[in-house]
Amino acid sequence: MSTTTLAASTPAYGAGVHARPGLGRLAAVELRKIVDTRAGFWLQVATVAITALVVIVRLAVGGAADHTFASVLTVGALPAAALLPVAGILLVTSEWSQRTGMITFALVPVRSRVLGAKLIASVVLAIAMLAVSVGIIAAGVLVASPGVDGTWSDAGTLIAQSAVYLTSGMLVGVAFGMVVLASAPAIVALFTLPTAWGAVASLSLFADVAPWLDPGRALDPLLREVVSTTQWARAGTALALWMVLPLLIGTWRITRREVAA
Amino acid sequence: MIETEQITKQLGRRTIVSDVSFRCEPGTVTGFLGPNGAGKTTTMRMLVGLSEPDSGEARILGGRYRDLPNPGRRVGILLDAAAQHAGRRGREALAISAKTIGVPAQRVDTLLELVGLDETAARRRVGQYSLGMRQRLGFAHALLGDPEVLILDEPANGLDPEGMRWMRGLLRGFANRGGTVLLSSHLLAEVEAVADRMMIIGGGRIQAQGTRAELLTESGTIVEAADLAGLDAALQRAGLATHPADGDRRLVEAEPEVVARAALAGGVVLHRLAPAEGAGLERLFFELTASGASAPSPTTDSIHPELTGATA
Repeated sequence: MSTTTLAASTPAYGAGVHARPGLGRLAAVELRKIVDTRAGFWLQVATVAITALVVIVRLAVGGAADHTFASVLTVGALPAAALLPVAGILLVTSEWSQRTGMITFALVPVRSRVLGAKLIASVVLAIAMLAVSVGIIAAGVLVASPGVDGTWSDAGTLIAQSAVYLTSGMLVGVAFGMVVLASAPAIVALFTLPTAWGAVASLSLFADVAPWLDPGRALDPLLREVVSTTQWARAGTALALWMVLPLLIGTWRITRREVAA
Repeated sequence: MIETEQITKQLGRRTIVSDVSFRCEPGTVTGFLGPNGAGKTTTMRMLVGLSEPDSGEARILGGRYRDLPNPGRRVGILLDAAAQHAGRRGREALAISAKTIGVPAQRVDTLLELVGLDETAARRRVGQYSLGMRQRLGFAHALLGDPEVLILDEPANGLDPEGMRWMRGLLRGFANRGGTVLLSSHLLAEVEAVADRMMIIGGGRIQAQGTRAELLTESGTIVEAADLAGLDAALQRAGLATHPADGDRRLVEAEPEVVARAALAGGVVLHRLAPAEGAGLERLFFELTASGASAPSPTTDSIHPELTGATA
């Protein structure tokens, strides 16, 4: 080990000792933490690779007339929709399972600021992944069906709806991570709870409320079609149950709970 | 400056930390000693806001830790070297903390060099690190913000003898420049060489605290004889308080000359007769902490050189 003394090796950087780290800086750090681990890095690479694969397969079947931007987006956004929530879960649960929370919450003792930074980072990642997905889809459509009428109809609206879908999906992942605080159970819950709920909701007893609370039925139209006001309302109620409620429970839990030893 | 006032922490019905009050002054190294499970880690976690005391107050640099705007720049913490993401590279683990607390990225390289993690080690993922390497990364992390206070939980764990010597030099230098150091250990030998003050915790309570000299108000004599029964009898006849020590020795609460006279009176041949020096502290440590929930057995082992005579 070096015998250099600290005094001799310490550069002058006095500024910032008494300045609270800004939320933007914390969000940038959280974004970096999503991709700077082995698992996190390959999760993002896999999302892009599977998106490309799905788009190629979708364009390889059927005629050029089927290859509108809208129809390819419906399947092309699914890899990101499935894997972004996993990244969201890991962003929170790794602080416990990998015990980095002891560092994170010691450096930023006001825990709600860390959670806020994680939410901002999640939105940024979801939008970035949407941009990549849309780029792949658009490139594929340009190559596969040039000059077909209506290829780009509703593209802007559908991209905006996809932004809502992917962003909220990622935040649902973060919320599940915040409630469960353990990677594997949170991921299992994320993929099984909505399905189990869908099964229960299919009972005639729930016929009236199911479209409003079943995440599949309430949210999937966002990727398929230009949605109506009623459909927006259904998406909103489903997100209140699946995103907002767990976010509130998770925030309550993390800001009060002891950080694991 | 670190202060606690009667902090108490319960977990369920079990009291982990009870009424702990102490003060660590700038320019000093304080050793926080106690067996595993005595409450050292819980106390340190309460200092830095990872855990809330049920009652009492902990203050660092004059206020609550969580009220420091950018605590990473004033307080360096190493609570658990294993608490790093296994899939993150060593340099990256430091880099994200450097970014969080707002120190330049070059500071990461400076610290890596200081703790002796070379380029190859810095590029490896923390999951592949040995305990010693994690501990060094933890030191780098604690020093990243050029802090005024260091709080280190079992920092010597996994360090080789050379690393221990390096750590002592580092902490001494840090304190000499006006820093405040609190380091914990379950091994007396690890801290007594560097600590100006020591606190001994057992069963969640501070059992003793003070300078080394203050803790050693009673000196003693280490004595060894082939005829152990005869020695015990002779010491008892002389009315001398005697405690068993390692290797069939006895620690006697008296000056060597008094012990020698007692042995002469009993006709016992002594193999060894020496002032106890650190042994008194050692025994104090064990006695004070024996009431703790998971106190070690009172027999010493080879880790404690005072009783085995490994060092002068």
